[in-house]
Amino acid sequence: MKILVVEDEKELLKNIVDSLTKEHFVIESASDFRSASDKIGLYDYDCILLDIMLPGGNGLELLEQLKQSGKADNVIIISAKDSLDDKLKGLELGADDYLTKPFHIAELNARVKAVLRRNKQDGKNTIELANTVLDLQDRLFLVNGESVPLNRKEFDILNYFLFNKNRLVTKTALAEHVWGDNIDQADNFDFIYYQIKNLRKKLTDSNSELEIEAVYGIGYKLVEK
Amino acid sequence: MKLLNQSIKYFSISLLVIISLWAIVFYFNMLSEIKSSVDEGLENYKRQIVYRAENDSTLLQQHTFEEGFFTIHEISQEKAMRFKDRYIDTMMYMQDADDEEPELEPVRMLTTAFEHEERYYELSIINSMVEEDDLVKEMLWETIFLYVFLVAGIILLNNIVLRRLWKPFYDFLSQLKSYRLGSSKQLPQVETTTKEFNDLQQAVTTLLLHSIESYEHQKQFIGNASHELQTPLAIATNKLELLIEQGNLKEQDAGSISEVLEIIQRLVRLNKSLLLLTKIENKQFLDNQLISINEIAKQSCEDLEEMASFKHVTLSIVERAELKVEMDTSLATIIVSNIVRNAVFHNHDHGSVEVVVSEQSIRIINTGHPFPLDAEKVFTRFYKSELEQGGSGLGLAIVKAICSMYGYSVVYAFEEQKHCFEIQFRS
Repeated sequence: MKILVVEDEKELLKNIVDSLTKEHFVIESASDFRSASDKIGLYDYDCILLDIMLPGGNGLELLEQLKQSGKADNVIIISAKDSLDDKLKGLELGADDYLTKPFHIAELNARVKAVLRRNKQDGKNTIELANTVLDLQDRLFLVNGESVPLNRKEFDILNYFLFNKNRLVTKTALAEHVWGDNIDQADNFDFIYYQIKNLRKKLTDSNSELEIEAVYGIGYKLVEK
Repeated sequence: MKLLNQSIKYFSISLLVIISLWAIVFYFNMLSEIKSSVDEGLENYKRQIVYRAENDSTLLQQHTFEEGFFTIHEISQEKAMRFKDRYIDTMMYMQDADDEEPELEPVRMLTTAFEHEERYYELSIINSMVEEDDLVKEMLWETIFLYVFLVAGIILLNNIVLRRLWKPFYDFLSQLKSYRLGSSKQLPQVETTTKEFNDLQQAVTTLLLHSIESYEHQKQFIGNASHELQTPLAIATNKLELLIEQGNLKEQDAGSISEVLEIIQRLVRLNKSLLLLTKIENKQFLDNQLISINEIAKQSCEDLEEMASFKHVTLSIVERAELKVEMDTSLATIIVSNIVRNAVFHNHDHGSVEVVVSEQSIRIINTGHPFPLDAEKVFTRFYKSELEQGGSGLGLAIVKAICSMYGYSVVYAFEEQKHCFEIQFRS
C-alpha cells in the first residue's frame, strides 16, 4: 500500500509518516504544492492525505488535478479550517474524507484504513482478525463463526479498535469517535471505562482471541492473545 | 425635554425679563413725557392768564379752585422777587366724568408770580394728571398681552421653523438608533444642506467605519488565532500519542504525559468552541431548512442515552406538539444537545432530565444542584458556577449566540428545585 502525505508543517508531516510507517505502508511525502503536483502526476497512490493550505498553491487545485485523471476518490483532506464551504467543495471534487486538525493518530489511522478498504476491489466489507470477523455491512460480530450480540456503540468501539489494531487508542480519541461531541466533559473517563469493561466481558465470554489492554491508564490497545 | 421645548423655555424666560425691564423703563419715560407736556400746557395757561388779567381785573379775585383751574393771591413785592416757578405733583378733590362724587385726584400744579399794575400776585395753575395706578394697570395688561402674544408667536415659529430645520437631524437620529454594528448594512444617511448636520453625519460615519473595522478585526482575529492554533495543537497531541505508543515509559512519566495530553485536549475543545462562536457570529452557517425540533430532540436524547443510564439519570422526552422551524440543522442540534448534555452531566445520581417539546418552544428540565444558577450570567462566555469544573464555559454562550442570530429567546429559570432552560422559537 502506497500513501502520499502532502503537508507543509514539518513536525506534523513527521508524526503522520511515523504513525503510518508502523502500519507497514509505503509512505512518500511532499511539503509544497510543486513537489506534490509532480508526485501526483508521476505515481499512483492508494491513499493521499492532502493539506489544503500549502505554500505555492491551494490543495483544492491538486484535488482538481487528481479528479481530471480520475484518481480523486482516495483523497483525505486535512485542514485546519473546519469550514463547510471547503468541506463541500472538497467532497464535491471527489475527495473521500475530510479530517479537521487537530486530530488523534488513531482517528487518522482509522480514516486511512477506511479509505483503503472502500477502494479495495474484492467487495468484501469485513475485518478479520484471529478467530473473529467484523462484518461492517451487516454490523455483525462473529467469533468462531458464531454471532456475538453487540449494541451499536460496542460495535463502533470494536470497529475503531480493529482499525487500530496493536496501536494506542486514547480514551479521548475513542470518546470523540464513538460519541462525537456528546461527551466533552472531564468525567467521561469513568464512562469509557465502563463501556470497555462491558466489551471486554463479551470478548472473554465468547472465547474470542482478542484482548483490549489498558495503556498507562491513558488509553487502550487491541491485541491478539 | 425636547430641544423644541427647551428653546421655548429659554425664550419665554428671557422674554419675561426683557419685557418686564422694558415695561418699567417705558413707564417712567412715558410718565416724564406726560409731565413735561402737562408742564408746557401749564406754562401756556400762565401766559394766557397773565395776559387776560391785563384787561380783566376780575380774574385777580379768583382765590380758590372752585371756579376754575387757577387761583391768584396777592403777595408782597419782596416775596415776589424771590419767587421762582415751581411745578409740583399734588392731590386735589375733583369730580371726573366717571366719578359719582369728588375724590382725590392727582394734579400737576404750577406756582408762579407776576406783576400787575405795580402789585404782585401769586398764581397757581392746576392741570389734572394721569392717574398713575390706572396707568400702571393699563401698562401691566398691555405688557402681559405683548408677552403672551410673543410667546405664542415663538411657539408657532418653533413648531414650524425649528421642526423643519431639525428634521434631517431627527431622521438621522432614528436611523442611528436602529443601527446595529455587524448586522446593519447601510450607514445612517440623510440629505441636508445644513452644514452642522453634514458635519455631524460625517463625524458619525467616520466613527462608525472605525467601529466596523475594529469589529471585523476582532472577529477575524479570534477566527484566525483559533485556526492558527489548530496545527500546533495537532502536532502536540500526535507527538505525545506516538511517545506513549512507543512504550518503555515509567508509570510516573506516562502519568505526566497523560496529564499534558488532557490539558491539550482542553485547549482543543476550547479552541473548537471559539471557532464555532466566531462562525456563528460571522453567519457562516446559513443552510436554513425546515427541520423538526422533535426529531432533533429525539436524536440528542438517543446520543446521550448511554451516558444518562451510566449516571443513573432518567432521560425522557414529552412531545406535546410537532415543532418545525426554519434553521440550520447542525445549529439546531447544537442548541438542543448542548442544553440536554449539560442537564445530564450536571445532574445527581438517580436524577431526571425531561425534554418537553411544545408548539412554540422546547423546555429542558433537570434535577441537579439544589441552588439556582445566576440567570443573568449563565449564558455569558466563560461563566462557570463554583460547583462545575471541567467544562469549557462556552456551551451556553454558543446556545445564546445561535438563538440571538435567529431571534429566538432562551431563558433560565429555577422552578420547584429544578433547573429549567427554555428556548422560545416564536414570539
